[in-house]
Amino acid sequence: MLADGAMGTMLFQAGLQYGDAPETWNVTHPDAVRTIQRQYIQAGSNIVLTNTFGGTRFRLAMHNLQSRVTEFNQAAVALLRAEVEASGRDDVLVAGDIGPSGEILQPLGQLSFEDAVAGFEEQARALVAAGADVIWIETMSSLDEVRAAFAGARRASADIPIITTLSFDTHGRTMMGVTPEQALQAMTELGAAGVGANCGNGTDELFAAVQRMLATGPSVPIVAKSNAGMPRLVAGKAHYDATPAEMAEYALSVRAEGASIIGACCGSSPAHIAAMAEALRANPAGLAAKPRSEPAPAETAHAATAATDERAARRAARQARESSSAR
Amino acid sequence: MSEDLSGIPTDELIQNMHDDLYDGVVDGVAAGTNELLRRGLTPSEVMNQALVGGMDIVGVDFRDGILFVPEVLMAAKAMKSGMEILRPLLANTGAEQIGTMIIGTVKGDIHDIGKNLVAMMMEGAGFKVVNLGINCDADKFLEAYREHQPEILGMSALLTTTMPYMDTVIKRFKEEGLRDKVIVLVGGAPLNAAFAEEIEADAYCRDAAVAVETAKKLIAIRRGH
Repeated sequence: MLADGAMGTMLFQAGLQYGDAPETWNVTHPDAVRTIQRQYIQAGSNIVLTNTFGGTRFRLAMHNLQSRVTEFNQAAVALLRAEVEASGRDDVLVAGDIGPSGEILQPLGQLSFEDAVAGFEEQARALVAAGADVIWIETMSSLDEVRAAFAGARRASADIPIITTLSFDTHGRTMMGVTPEQALQAMTELGAAGVGANCGNGTDELFAAVQRMLATGPSVPIVAKSNAGMPRLVAGKAHYDATPAEMAEYALSVRAEGASIIGACCGSSPAHIAAMAEALRANPAGLAAKPRSEPAPAETAHAATAATDERAARRAARQARESSSAR
Repeated sequence: MSEDLSGIPTDELIQNMHDDLYDGVVDGVAAGTNELLRRGLTPSEVMNQALVGGMDIVGVDFRDGILFVPEVLMAAKAMKSGMEILRPLLANTGAEQIGTMIIGTVKGDIHDIGKNLVAMMMEGAGFKVVNLGINCDADKFLEAYREHQPEILGMSALLTTTMPYMDTVIKRFKEEGLRDKVIVLVGGAPLNAAFAEEIEADAYCRDAAVAVETAKKLIAIRRGH
C-alpha cells in the first residue's frame, strides 16, 4: 500500500507561518489542507494522514491552544473524509495522525505515563469519533511514549487498527536509543497492525532500519516512510535533496526488501508520491531495484567496549565488598 | 545500604564516582562529593576531577553512539546531585567560572529536547547555563546577554523553516556591537557546518557532546590558554 508524503512541508509552502500550529489550519484554512490531501490521493496514496501531528494537548499547549484538541482533530478527520469521498475511490484510508508529545516521560523527564496516556486518549477519541479508519502513531523515539500513545488510542477504541512508526535518526537507533528490533518486538506485543520507520536522515538510513526489522521475520506489516533526503539551506530556504526519481527508487528498494506500506515524510510532495506510485505500478512486485547491502547484524542493548567491561568489573567488586562488610 | 567510603583511596573513589555518573547512580555521586570534601579537596578540585571528568566520559560515549539520551539524562541528574553540594561552596571561594552560556530555541520553533540536552551537558561540564526556553526572539537573546554577560550564546532550531532566524539574531548582535564579545554556537537536526559559516556563527555543533568540546576549546582560545 502506498501512504502519503509530507503535510508540514506542503503547508509551509502554502503560507503557514513558522511557529504557528499547523492544526489550526484545519479550521482557518480547510481548503489548503484539503488541496494537499487531494493531491496525495490523486498521486496514488491509499493511506492519507490527517493534519493532526501536533494535535495533542501537549503540543497545542505551546500555542496556548490546548483547549481545542477535540475541535482541531475532529475537523481534520472531516476534511480528509470529505476529500476521500469526493475522489470517488473506495481504496483510500483515513489515518488519524498522532505525533510525539515533545515531552520526556518520567523518570527521565517530567511527564507521567498516566498523564501521557490521558493526553493521547483525548486526541484519539476525537479522531475515532470523527471517523478515522486507523490510528497512525509516528515519529516516536521513546518506547514508553509509544506505549502511552497506544494505550490512549486503545482506550478510545477497542478495535481500531493502530500503526506505529519510530524515527531511527541517531546512530541507527532512535534518539532515546531504541533499536529497530526492539521497537518491532515491543509494538508487535502491543498488537500494532503495522510497525515501521519514518522521518529520519534520508532514505539510506531509513532503508537500513526497515531492513533490520524485516530480517527478524516480522509477523506484522512493515511500514517505510522516509524523508526526501536531508534538508539543505539554499538561498535562505530549506531544500530537500531527494528528487521524485530517487524516492521512486527508494520505494522499489523497500518493497523488494519486504516493506508493505510505503510512503514519504518531510520534504516530499505529491510529485514524489506520484513517481513512487508509478514506479511501484510499472515494476512487478518482488523485483528488486539495484541491490542494497546486507543488513547490519542486530546489536545488543549496548555496544560493548573494553571500557564497558572494566566498568562492570569495578561495579561487581564494589558490590562484593559491600555485601561482605554488611555480613 | 550505602557504601562505606572512608576506607577507599581517593583516586579509587574518584574512579567510582566516574562510574556512578556513567551509570546514573545519584546517591553515589552525592556521597562521593561529600567524602572528597571531607578529605580536604577543594570544591573546584572535586568538581573538575570527579564530576567534570566523569561527564567527559559520558559525553564521548554519547558522541560515539554507545550511550543515548536516557543514559545522559540520568548522568546529568547524578551530576546535579554533586553540583548542588558544590555550588554554594564554589560561590564562596570565588573560583574562576569555566564559563556562562545562554541558550534558547529560536523564534518560531518550539522544540526543546535537544536544546535542553545541550544545557544539561554544559552544566555537566561545569558551565553556568541560562536556559531561555523556546521561541526566543532576538530581543530575548540580547536582553539575556546584557544581564548575564555570557561567553557563549547557543541557538537551537529543529526546523528548516526556523533556522534562518539564527542569522537574524547574529545580525542584531552585530548591530548592537556585541557580536565579537560572544562565542556563537548553533545546532539542531537540519543544520550543518556550511550553514553556520554562512550566518557567521563561530561553530556548528552536531550534538550535545560536541557542543561541550567546542565551547571549552573556543573559550580556551579566547582566553589565550
